Amino acid sequence: MDTMPRWADIALIPLINLTLALLVSALVIALIGENPAQAMGVMIRGAVGSAYGWGYTLYYATNFIFTGLAVAVAFHARLFNIGGEGQAALGGLGVAIVCLSVPWPHWTLALPAAVLGGALFGAAWAAIPAWLQATRGSHIVITTIMFNFIASALLVYLLVNVLKVPGSMAPETARFPEGARLPSAYDWGAWMGFGRSAPLNVAFFVALACCVAVWVLIWKTRLGYEIRAFGQSEAAAKYAGIRPVRTIMITMLISGGLAGLMAVNAVQGEAERLVIDSVQGAGFVGIAVALMGRSHPLGVLLAALLFGALYQGGAELEFEMPAISREMIVVIQALVILFTGALDNMVRGPVEGLFRRRRKGAT
Amino acid sequence: MTIMKSLFGATAIVALGAAAATAEPGLIIDLGGKFDKSFNESAYNGAQRWLEESGASYRETELQSEAQREQSMRRMAESGANPVVVLGFANASTLEKVAPDYPDTNFTIVDMVVDQPNVQSVVFKEHEGSFLVGVLAAMASDSGTVSFIGGMDVPLISKFACGYAQGVKAVNPDANVIVNMTGTTPTAWNDPVKGAELTRAQISQGSDVVYAAAGGTGIGVLQAAADEGILSIGVDSNQNYLHPGYVLTSMVKRVDNAVYEAFEAGAAGEFQPGIKVMGLDNNGVGWALDENNEPLITESMKATVEETKTRIIAGEITVHDYTTDGSCPAY
Repeated sequence: MDTMPRWADIALIPLINLTLALLVSALVIALIGENPAQAMGVMIRGAVGSAYGWGYTLYYATNFIFTGLAVAVAFHARLFNIGGEGQAALGGLGVAIVCLSVPWPHWTLALPAAVLGGALFGAAWAAIPAWLQATRGSHIVITTIMFNFIASALLVYLLVNVLKVPGSMAPETARFPEGARLPSAYDWGAWMGFGRSAPLNVAFFVALACCVAVWVLIWKTRLGYEIRAFGQSEAAAKYAGIRPVRTIMITMLISGGLAGLMAVNAVQGEAERLVIDSVQGAGFVGIAVALMGRSHPLGVLLAALLFGALYQGGAELEFEMPAISREMIVVIQALVILFTGALDNMVRGPVEGLFRRRRKGAT
Repeated sequence: MTIMKSLFGATAIVALGAAAATAEPGLIIDLGGKFDKSFNESAYNGAQRWLEESGASYRETELQSEAQREQSMRRMAESGANPVVVLGFANASTLEKVAPDYPDTNFTIVDMVVDQPNVQSVVFKEHEGSFLVGVLAAMASDSGTVSFIGGMDVPLISKFACGYAQGVKAVNPDANVIVNMTGTTPTAWNDPVKGAELTRAQISQGSDVVYAAAGGTGIGVLQAAADEGILSIGVDSNQNYLHPGYVLTSMVKRVDNAVYEAFEAGAAGEFQPGIKVMGLDNNGVGWALDENNEPLITESMKATVEETKTRIIAGEITVHDYTTDGSCPAY
C-alpha cells in the first residue's frame, strides 16, 4: 500500500506544493507590476528576519497550532470540524469570564483556569453539532459551519449588551487585571531580542504541550486507537465493539476544546481583553494547517509555523510595499492553501509514480 | 546566529526611535476603508494635502479588522514613524496600552481622549456643526418630518443626532425627527445597503430630509435619498458632489485639518500633547456650500444659518452635548 517513503509524504510533497504556490504568487505579483523577488524578500525578512518578526510569527503560529490540532484530531475520526472559528470565539468568552470574574493573584494560577475555561467553552460549542451528528446524522460540516455564525452573533450580542464597559463606546470587555495577564516574550525572552511589542507569550508553550498530548492521545492510547479505527471504517469499528456515539462525542469535545484554547493566546495573551472578531479567521486557517500537516502533530506544528510566517510576512509586505494590497496577500495565502490542500493529488500522483518506477528499477 | 541577528534588529529599531525628530509621520486608516467618502477619506485628504505642500513623505496602513489595531499601531511606531495618527474612538483602549511602550513617539488620536504624556487627543464639537445642518434641514423640509441615520450606536453618534434635532427644533418646534442607527458593531460604518433600507423606511414615515452620520454607510443613504427624490445631508467630508441637486449640504468635520496639523506640528517639532477641541470657532466643524448645492440653499436659509453660527460662537446659543449626560432635550 505504501508506495512512497514516509519522508516523501511528510516533507517532499508539501515542499513541492509550497514551491508551486510561491511560483504562482510570484507570477501574480509580477502581473501587477511589482518585483516578485523584492516582495518575497520583504515577506521572509518580515517574518523571520528580526526578533520583532519572530514575535509575531510565533504568536500567529500558536493560534494555528491550536486550531490545526483541533481539525486534525477530528479528522482522525473522519469528522470534518469546520467550526474551529466559532469554537475559538466561544473559547474567548470562556477565557474572558475566567479572567474577569476572579481577582487573580498571579498568572500561574490564572493560566490553568483560563485553559480550563477556554477548553470547556470551546468543547461545549462543539458538543451540539457532535450530538446532532452522532444521534441524528446531521452532517457535521453543515452544523459546525452554522454554529460559526451563531457564535459570531452571540459574541456581538454579549459584547454590545452585557460585557461592554459602561460608558465606553467600543464593544470590548475591560482589560484583564494585572494578575491575569500572561508574561509576554519580553518578560522571559528579552535576552533573545524580543521587545515589548512581541505578542508571543507563554501560551506558545501550552500549544507545544498540546502537540505532544495529541500525539500521545492518537497513537499511544486506547481512545486514540478507537478514534483512528472509527475513522478508518465505521462498520469495522462497530463490529469491534467501538461505540460510535461515544467516539464521535469524545472526539468532537477534544477538538472543540483545542480550538477554544486558542483564546488563551489571542485573548488572554495578546489583547488582554475580549474584542469582536478575536479569532481573525484562524479557525479556517486551522483546516489548511491540518491538511498540510497530514493531521500529525509534528506536521501541524510545522505547517502552523509556515502559516504564521505567511501571516506576519504578509502584514509586513502590506506595510512596506503599499502597491501590494491586503487583498493580494490573501491571494498569496489562498494559493498556498489551494496547492497544499485542494490540489494535493496533482503533485501526489506524479511523485508516487516516480517512486514506483524507481522501486521497480531497484527490484 | 538568529539570536545575533535579532539583537541587531532590535538595536536598529532603537536607533530609528532616536532619530524621531526628523522621522516621517504615520497614518493608520480605520475600518471602513480609505475611500469611504467620509471620515477616513477626510483624514486621507489631509495627509495628501500635507504631502503636496511639504514635499515630504508619510507612512500609511489600513486596518482590516478589530483585532489588528495593536499590531498596526506598534508596527507604525517601530518603523520610526512620528507622529502616529490613529482615527476613531475604537483605538482608545489599544492606544492606552501601546503609547507608554513608545515614550519617544507622539500619537494623535481623533475623536477620543487618551490621557498619556505623548498623546494628543483631537475632539470635535460635532453637536454644533450638526445643529447648523439641522437648521437647514428644517427650513428645507416641506413635510415637517426629517430624519437621521447613524452608523454604530455609540454616544458619539448620538451627539450628532442630538445636535441635529436641536437645530431642527430651533426652527420648527413642531418638527418630527426620526433617528435610526445602522448597527451596534464597527461593521455599521460600512453597510451602505442597510443605510439605503433605513432611508426608504424613513421616507415612508414622511421624512424629506435625511442626515447620515455613518461613514461608508452614508453612501447608501445619499444614494437612496437621490433615488427617491428627497434631500440628504452628508457628513465629515464635503459630500455635496455625490448627488448634485439632492445633497442639501454636508456637515464637514475637518479630520483632514486635524491630520494635517498633527503632521505639520510633528515635522516642526512642535507637537503638543493634551486635548485639542475643534469647533465652529476654529473651523473644526461647519456646513458646506459649493456649486453643487447652491441652487438648494435660498438666501434666507444662508442668512439664518450664518446668523446661528455667529450666535453659537458668541455663546448666545448653547447646543447641548449628548455625551456629557447621555440624554438629549430635543427627543
